[in-house]
Amino acid sequence: MKTARTGFWLAALLTALAWTSAARAQVEIEYWQYTFAQRVQAVDELIKKFEAANPGIKVKHTHVPYDDFRVKIAAAIPAGQGPDVVQLFYGWLQDYLKAGLLQPLPASDFSAIEVEREFFPIVQQMKVDGKYYALPTAVRSLALFWNKTLFKEAGLDPNKPPATLDELVDYAKKLTKRNPNGDLIQEGLTIDMGGQDHHWLREVLIRQFGGAPYSADRKTVAYNSAAGIAATQWYVDLVDKQKVGQIGFLTDGVTAFRSGKAAMTIDGSFRLGALDNQKGLDYGVTELPARNGIKSNFASYWVNGITTKATGAKLDASVKFLKFLTTPDAMELWMNTVGELPARRSVAEKDANRNHAKYGPFIRGLGYSQATDFVNESAQRKVYMDMVDKVALKNVPVKDAVAQAAAEEQKLLDAFYKK
Amino acid sequence: MAGRLTDLTIGQKRAIWAWGFLALPIAFYVAIRFYPTLEAFRASFTNWNIVGRMEYVGLANYARLAQDPAFWKVIGNTFAYLGLGVPISMLVSFVIAYYLDRVHFGHGLLRALYFVPHLTTAVAMAWVWRWFYQPPPVGAFNVWLTSLGLAQMPFLRSTTQALPAVLAPAIWAGIGFQIVIFLAGLKAIPRNYYEAAEIDGAGAWRVLFEVTLPLLRPTIVFLVVTSSIAYLRIFDYVYAMTNGQGGPLDATKPLVLKIFETAFTHFEMGYAATQTVVLFAILLAISLVQLKLLRSR
Repeated sequence: MKTARTGFWLAALLTALAWTSAARAQVEIEYWQYTFAQRVQAVDELIKKFEAANPGIKVKHTHVPYDDFRVKIAAAIPAGQGPDVVQLFYGWLQDYLKAGLLQPLPASDFSAIEVEREFFPIVQQMKVDGKYYALPTAVRSLALFWNKTLFKEAGLDPNKPPATLDELVDYAKKLTKRNPNGDLIQEGLTIDMGGQDHHWLREVLIRQFGGAPYSADRKTVAYNSAAGIAATQWYVDLVDKQKVGQIGFLTDGVTAFRSGKAAMTIDGSFRLGALDNQKGLDYGVTELPARNGIKSNFASYWVNGITTKATGAKLDASVKFLKFLTTPDAMELWMNTVGELPARRSVAEKDANRNHAKYGPFIRGLGYSQATDFVNESAQRKVYMDMVDKVALKNVPVKDAVAQAAAEEQKLLDAFYKK
Repeated sequence: MAGRLTDLTIGQKRAIWAWGFLALPIAFYVAIRFYPTLEAFRASFTNWNIVGRMEYVGLANYARLAQDPAFWKVIGNTFAYLGLGVPISMLVSFVIAYYLDRVHFGHGLLRALYFVPHLTTAVAMAWVWRWFYQPPPVGAFNVWLTSLGLAQMPFLRSTTQALPAVLAPAIWAGIGFQIVIFLAGLKAIPRNYYEAAEIDGAGAWRVLFEVTLPLLRPTIVFLVVTSSIAYLRIFDYVYAMTNGQGGPLDATKPLVLKIFETAFTHFEMGYAATQTVVLFAILLAISLVQLKLLRSR
């Protein structure tokens, strides 16, 4: 009788111990990103590796459709739910900090000096008041894509893309085809402000024409200048004067290039996957054309941060996971799965990557790239779309259209920074 | 023992049963429709960026709306959709239904053909029309125009033509439904009215205006109200045909798209709620006026 009772208590005690130690061993953290097939696949693989190396930690991967992503995170974290580690667009950092969604990365694990030595300089935008709040696995930049088949047809060397803006225009003219009625049937260069062209004009062309898009503190629009007007004039001339493209041709630039009806386009590294799946498309990638020796590029990236929800053991696990996400191995895996470029210079600029036929031009572009401090990317893009439409549809003089665009964008910046 | 279930009359029991069944959908509607609607009214008096706290600002959002040129632009566009969409779709669908009613050979097939666009996904159809509107040699419409020796049109790339161009597929999709309702209305008119009119020697026009149209009034009221609401809330066609921009230069942007933008690209939920309240007021006012005008006579 007595032994039976002792046995019972012993069993109960052992069970309780097993429970608590299991609970201690099994910390579960949540990771959130937006739904995008290759990104989901990459994170699933990374989690498998991380869990194998850290047996006590489980990572729950949740992906949310892009359109709902911000809303769901904003609703979940203040309620003590949602992710411990979250992926966000670099341009959202200010909003997330204002809303108190992120905590600074512990300096003991992520030293600022090391981050600045290791990562591309654009990542320094993640530092607020001396503390880093988030770090990327990968970064993206722009490049010029060209269709080798169409180059051959036009009698151009399919392995020699244009290297300067003058060459770009010259080649584009040769690559533009019209039917006997004068209707455009093949674009030399896609003209699409709704795509990546607004980045090209903002961070590349304006600088190449000797200007700057924003003041040094990035709070004032600076392109309502001779350089800004000249760059915009050069861009709209592609349609009106050089006649190498047409706004809205085959609905958008990506479609025109994919269907082999546009010889050149400016797009991001994230497009490589889709273009590689396009049967019969033989294309090359090269650095953005220079002007007067000036090179520039636009880079953007998604970062991983730790939310204010994570505390105690979950915080420790989150730090470990974030460290893992920013290891060179994780970056290589991300590049090969998603097509985005490693955020650490040492990984990106390995010879194998730097000289890679398709990643290489993007990686070389990262060395001289700029990341715009967008306060509202879609609204700021619309300002540029409207600017070009005013010239094209309403015959507004370029200098007036630029002045109006600068005023509109300044309003967006002011509204954001005065809050 | 008054109040016991067994003491109730059959009528009372039936009422309890009916309310019992109705309670579930009512609870559902209150929770997912009415409550958020009331919340929207409340949010319209606040500044709220979705992530922070709601900050009460009184009527500031309404004052801002009155002075927002972008708002008056989209109100103008929205009423252009309404002003063009309702009369054109009503006229076209009535004419088709009127003649379809007299066709007996292949009636079912024809009716099905007119109804098919209504069943098609708006986004898929909008994209097909987008390609129709392309410049030649891609766009079908411009190919026809040029083959007839006419000048080609910019359609979606014009600040004046874009709105009707976006409206066309919406009308085309909407008339299928309107035709079916008109056909039902026409079938419901007793034949003896027509026979009586014929005996009295009334001509076809006279019959149309004195018999058919007056007896169709309930059908017309229903269709005018529902299609007005639909055109005032137009969104999907515009979104799909202009890459979500309502361009060029906001020429096609309706109020609902501006609300969507304010809420989900600017994250100004309070200001978006204010616009929603205005849309609600417009819908309510127009529906009430239409019901009153079309019913009373």
